[in-house]
Amino acid sequence: MTLAQRLGQITTPRTKSKILRVLPKLLVHAILIIIAISMIFPLLWMASTSFKSPGKQFSFPPQLIPNPLYLKNYFDLFDLLPMWNFLLNSAKIATLTVIGTCLSSSLAAYAFARLRFRGKNFLFIILLATMMIPGQVTIVPTFVIMRFLGWLDTHAPLIVPSFFGSAFSVFVLRQFYQTIPQDLVDSAQIDGAGFLTVYWSIFLPLGMPALATVAVFNFLWSWNDLFGPLIYLTTDVKMTVTLGLTLLVGRAGTTAGRWGVIMGGALLGVIPMLILYFIGQKYFVQGLARTGLKG
Amino acid sequence: MRISKRISLVDLRRQEEFTGWLCVLPIVLGILIFQIYPLIFSLYASFTSWNLTSPPKWVGLDNFIALFTSDLFFLKSLSNTTIYAVGTVLPTAVIALIFAVLLNLEIRGRFIYRSIYFVPVVVPLVSIAILWQWIYEPTFGILNFALRIFGVHPGPSWLGSSQWALPAIIIVGIWRGLGYDIVLFLAGLQAISRDYYEASAIDGANPVQSFFHITLPLLSPTTFLVIVLGVIDGFQVFTMPFIMTRGGPANATISVVLALYNDAFQYAQMGLASAIAYVLFAIILVLTLANFSLQKYWVFYEEVR
Repeated sequence: MTLAQRLGQITTPRTKSKILRVLPKLLVHAILIIIAISMIFPLLWMASTSFKSPGKQFSFPPQLIPNPLYLKNYFDLFDLLPMWNFLLNSAKIATLTVIGTCLSSSLAAYAFARLRFRGKNFLFIILLATMMIPGQVTIVPTFVIMRFLGWLDTHAPLIVPSFFGSAFSVFVLRQFYQTIPQDLVDSAQIDGAGFLTVYWSIFLPLGMPALATVAVFNFLWSWNDLFGPLIYLTTDVKMTVTLGLTLLVGRAGTTAGRWGVIMGGALLGVIPMLILYFIGQKYFVQGLARTGLKG
Repeated sequence: MRISKRISLVDLRRQEEFTGWLCVLPIVLGILIFQIYPLIFSLYASFTSWNLTSPPKWVGLDNFIALFTSDLFFLKSLSNTTIYAVGTVLPTAVIALIFAVLLNLEIRGRFIYRSIYFVPVVVPLVSIAILWQWIYEPTFGILNFALRIFGVHPGPSWLGSSQWALPAIIIVGIWRGLGYDIVLFLAGLQAISRDYYEASAIDGANPVQSFFHITLPLLSPTTFLVIVLGVIDGFQVFTMPFIMTRGGPANATISVVLALYNDAFQYAQMGLASAIAYVLFAIILVLTLANFSLQKYWVFYEEVR
């Protein structure tokens, strides 16, 4: 037996077992990476198309990385539509919606979690029941209310209801507030703090993680909403990004590089949410895992 | 001394009662104005003919009868929506469960994978719908290019074909919803105690056996949640058909909410739209309650120790 064969005898089983140990994990990684690519690829394709000249958009085979980088699509986009207005309107509506929801919902959640008052349990059951009502069921009368108030074609119908709080947000915050120790409340009350002071100095600051979850989800829902803006807004400059994008497909129709322009618009709607997601990621996943909130 | 203390306790109690009501006042008003009143009013409206310019006129059950007999769109929208809901909820749940199990295998970087899978969930659906219109483009779209590599030429015209338009929208629905279900399943999997797997390994169970006898039963509350939420969401599909096809071609993708939108905000038939809204509400309610009452047969809640 040669030395090489001997070495082979000694080393082969070991390397083999190592391969056997590593192989399944590699296989799993391969599968997970393929899925990750298929989840991300459409979005990369959107970005790639938006930087392609009209000719390159239809080149065959398709070009994955745009070369040269063609920026005219974005100039065309801003010529076709008031994109800055759309982005600012969406940002304004989403921000105010978040402020309104957080204020009203956290107050209500505090009362449901800690205060004793008549009718509390009954109210809470009603609150939970309203979460079962799909938004479209109430949309016709709500539209009529907004019309009666003279709020059509203004941002008010998209903002004002949030200042009455939302059942989902109250529910999430109440769950969290119930875990805040009563000892803290007792010692604050011995020091003479009233009920609203307790809310302001204990529940609001300690409940920040839950409030952040509520905030990121409400921002996302408001930004991504189409139905509301679609029925309430009619003037171009008042529209949100989502509603504005529905106009884009029609308006870019005759331009030569229409898909580049359209993808540019779609990407501008996406980017703020991606930024929000990467900043607030832990709140998204935590909130979802805890409550099953919808993205 | 003693008397003043008792008075202050009564005061405190009264103050608590008052603060409690003050705190819930906004949400109570919100529920009354934006939930209860519209719910009652649209029930009334569903029995009327109402075009917003003149007052509603009572027509009894006419709207409901029209929906189920003479309406050209409604029954089609109902079957499309059902196909969409079933066609997205079940495949999404099964695929998501498989990936969640893979992610739960102590894989390095699993949180990075999870973050990536979740990206389509946070992106505006409008952008997604527009993007997939481009992907599905029959001659220059990248999907038909990919199919051409595999010898399928010419590929389907996807959104332009009454046969392929609904499946095309279902595919996007699955792609979008996957990350959401994965996060829920992964959270459910991580809540299962390792003790069960160790015990079953000692008893000689292989991984497949422990998946079917431990993972699936203990994960059933999560599966239940995924299905209930998915069905509720699936029956409200609107944005994708609205943008990608406007319900066409030949009503192949019209959904219940799209039919409702058209009747209410295109044709100002508020009575008919309210009737659609109530049928949708009834369907969602029945399905949710059915899910809840069926759960005793397959959902297994771990006893709290």
